[in-house]
Amino acid sequence: MFSKKQLFNRGMLDIAPHMLSVIPFGIICGAIGVELGFNPYLVYAMSFIIFGGASQIVFLQLLSGGATSLVAVTSVGIINSRHLLYGAVLSEYLEKLSLIKKLLISYIVVDQGFAESNKFFKKNRSEKYLHYHLIGTGCTMWVCWQIATLSGIILGSFVPEELGLKFAIPLTFIAIVVQDLKKLDHVIVMITCGLSSLLFFDAPFKSYIIIAPLIALFVAALLLKLKK
Amino acid sequence: MTLASIIFAGVLTYFTRMTMIALISRDMLGDKIKAVLEYVPSAVFPAIIFPGVFINDFGAFIEFNDPKIFGALIAVLVGFLSKNIIATILAGLVSYWFLIFVIFS
Repeated sequence: MFSKKQLFNRGMLDIAPHMLSVIPFGIICGAIGVELGFNPYLVYAMSFIIFGGASQIVFLQLLSGGATSLVAVTSVGIINSRHLLYGAVLSEYLEKLSLIKKLLISYIVVDQGFAESNKFFKKNRSEKYLHYHLIGTGCTMWVCWQIATLSGIILGSFVPEELGLKFAIPLTFIAIVVQDLKKLDHVIVMITCGLSSLLFFDAPFKSYIIIAPLIALFVAALLLKLKK
Repeated sequence: MTLASIIFAGVLTYFTRMTMIALISRDMLGDKIKAVLEYVPSAVFPAIIFPGVFINDFGAFIEFNDPKIFGALIAVLVGFLSKNIIATILAGLVSYWFLIFVIFS
């Protein structure tokens, strides 16, 4: 049995390597906002209020491209709708928590935190304070994201674009799923999702990011039927 | 960009995060759905990976000899063998930089 503190530390440790890609991405995110001519305080407010990397960049780019607020807000909602899937997975492990704790923890769930905590949860189902692992991953991400985007806002155009640091984001997610390439069913689901995301890339409001996973989960359901 | 639009986007984002965690209980999800949900990471993350590799900043498909494809393949290989996140990210970035700064420069 781990203590609350041990689980929190373990969560911090498990997500820490991802900061290698999150921090450069956060700096870029802040820099883009200032470069596009937005008020730096509002650019930072996004990190606090929205707290979601890809959706913040899309929000900025749509608004600077002349899209209406309604279109920009809708796109953010659709991009982040993948969290409905993360929540459905996590709900099993967070079930016993009080409503107020669930409401607070929800604010700090991020992609990498979900991925690493979910891996830990699957191996340690019987732990009593599992949610402290998720708090550990979420808090680490939150602090790094605030510092990184703030740095980007201050540094602005000093961030060299030629380095292509945005490429670190797909790499961090490759690191998350790569071990599942050992399982044929997972490989099929991944390829389905990846190809669907390219096929539907031009769908309105960036909806490829939820259409592709839904198609992939449908294929996963079919695979489960075949297995029986 | 107004503070109001950011708050709307933030509230909407928060609701996507909170809805399932706060409102779903164990009994509402059957065993079949739970079995499908096991695939969520494999079913979601490639939708971030593939466009990040194969589509450029202007929304167009990249060429087949693009350094990003090579970098991603190296990252997959190193990640699979090393099981190490930092090694995976660095292998992808370094091989990508090697191509754009040394080979193609």
